[in-house]
Amino acid sequence: MNRIDRMFSQLKKRKEAALIPFITTGDPDIATTEALILEMDRQGADLIELGLPFSDPIADGPTIQASSQRALRHNINAKDLLGLVKKVRKKTDIPLVLMGYYNPLLQYGLSAFAKDAATSGLDGTIVPDLPLEEAKDWMAAAKPQGLANILLVAPNTPADRVKKIARATQGFLYYVSITGITGARTELPTELSQGLNGIKQLTNKPVAVGFGISKPAQVSMLSAVTDGIIVGSAIIKLIEAHTIKQGNDLKAGPDLVKKVGEFIGELKKATKTGY
Amino acid sequence: MNKSTNHQITKSPNHSGHFGLYGGRFVPETLMPAITELDSAYREARQDAGFKKELNQILKHYVGRPTPLYEAKGLQEAVGGGIRVFLKREDLAHTGAHKINNTIGQVLLAKRMGKTRIIAETGAGQHGVATATAAALMGLKCEVYMGRKDMVRQSMNVFRMELTGAKVIPVLSGTQTLKDAINETIRDWVTNVGNTYYVIGSVVGPHPYPMMVRNFQCVIGRETRRQIRQLAGCLPDVVMACVGGGSNAMGIFYPFIKDQGIRLIGVEAAGKGVETDFHSAPLAVGSPGVLHGAMSYLLQDRWGQIKGAHSLAPGLDYPGVGPEHSVFKDSGRVEYVAVDDEQALEAFRLLSETDGIIPALESAHAVAYLKELAPSLPKGSIVVINLSGRGDKDVATVAELIKERADK
Repeated sequence: MNRIDRMFSQLKKRKEAALIPFITTGDPDIATTEALILEMDRQGADLIELGLPFSDPIADGPTIQASSQRALRHNINAKDLLGLVKKVRKKTDIPLVLMGYYNPLLQYGLSAFAKDAATSGLDGTIVPDLPLEEAKDWMAAAKPQGLANILLVAPNTPADRVKKIARATQGFLYYVSITGITGARTELPTELSQGLNGIKQLTNKPVAVGFGISKPAQVSMLSAVTDGIIVGSAIIKLIEAHTIKQGNDLKAGPDLVKKVGEFIGELKKATKTGY
Repeated sequence: MNKSTNHQITKSPNHSGHFGLYGGRFVPETLMPAITELDSAYREARQDAGFKKELNQILKHYVGRPTPLYEAKGLQEAVGGGIRVFLKREDLAHTGAHKINNTIGQVLLAKRMGKTRIIAETGAGQHGVATATAAALMGLKCEVYMGRKDMVRQSMNVFRMELTGAKVIPVLSGTQTLKDAINETIRDWVTNVGNTYYVIGSVVGPHPYPMMVRNFQCVIGRETRRQIRQLAGCLPDVVMACVGGGSNAMGIFYPFIKDQGIRLIGVEAAGKGVETDFHSAPLAVGSPGVLHGAMSYLLQDRWGQIKGAHSLAPGLDYPGVGPEHSVFKDSGRVEYVAVDDEQALEAFRLLSETDGIIPALESAHAVAYLKELAPSLPKGSIVVINLSGRGDKDVATVAELIKERADK
């Protein structure tokens, strides 16, 4: 059993939802990303999504766009991300998943990337611009290496299509909470719980929900209806707020890792209260 | 060319929107229902005689089609070699460029689909103006995303859009030009997918856009076939057009694609030179990748980050190109070449002087290549150039350049 499947089955026994934070690799630098992975793991994160920065992130709102731009100041690429995974893999067993757009994977070479990713200890990928119909090549390369390709469904995805995607996804099914782009929102759609219940009826695989979730109270509410909760922009904002300028460069402020860790701790607590 | 590649060309795209290796639908899942809905609505409309009739009426009485095919005697004398040169006068279409052929078609389709809000991206502003115009004509709300840098460069077009009732939204992200305007329009579409129709301005984007925009633009090539037969008594030897995203080129090439004896030449923007980092020539020196929903040739670094493009002609200033052009490049059916800013500027002045026609800087690229090509053509050869737009929008830019040089 791979790390993702094992994690979900253990949490199910403990009656907790998974807390899945997203951070961009290399924002503000690789050393900080490394420290964040280890600290988030300590504070109870169950799986970490590592963003691969891209010049044209069409599914992302301003917060993650800016985060990508900060990482790209150091030309962070897929090889850097895998190097980081390899390094932290010696220190932690937490499932690590790449979230990134298709073109950088394509240019790396799909089978080369799958092989290098598996060797480094990466567990899977989420590629937001690779819907089921276009995912065949990547899934054919990833599967023999034991990499999970996690597919997404949205509130406007018809039921028969949800079933098809749910059958093909590996690890878990990513439910996009809103028709829209990433970004913290104060209010989640009122029909979200209902939408999630509907999805849960269509699949036995774990379902994790993301986009717009930023507060412990939202996490607590959602942990009653889903197997995992993804938080991205709210963490990125915290990273941004604790990043300081040093000449022309950016670096982590003294409290950055600690503050993010505390936030993760609060969110994790919330995954246990609502289940 | 062998038979199988020819077959592939004329049948494409397949049901899932792939032109051979290229094209496809690389979009967030939220957009999949929207492009599936669009695909079936477009297929239905194509079969509907009423839709066709309404479109043709508007093209005739509002856009001013057919546009003339004009033998440019001054230009042909200037380039020499005893060739005959005809210009397809898309610059005379309403709003001053071929863009209107596509926007009328798409906005008509949007209305038929019951959409209440139109969004579009624009670089130079020509597509934005053509979309705003079509939306005004059909009474739909219209918002256009435009890079902040382009808004400064093309302030006249910003005002034209506002006059026709559109809202122009400045794009502050990334390069603040066309590439990022497209990103922002896609984000808007993802967010408002229920009531909103996205009018893409070129033969780019996810399926069905490359096919649909091609079909709306094919009116250019169909008219040209008819007109050149009347004027010259035969089909041309060469057809040329500039290529940014590639819609005017596709529109004039496609009806000639099966005529293997006719040379089709697409002219990209070499900017400050294809050997520099400042050009817009993905077919000449780019490599295949995925951007804005489709697989096609792109300007990118070895890690797959998209590079910024450069051209003096803002309408060519784009790091990608339509997927079907990538097919035509690989199969060799179309020859793709590039001319630089200086050559385009020279052609801009040349055509203005020889025939009293001020071409758009984009179209001037195609005219510029004629000078290189002419000496190699047999006497009596017939060349058609798609004059895709008029140059009024560019006169301020050119005046400034001329002044800068005089001051030096």
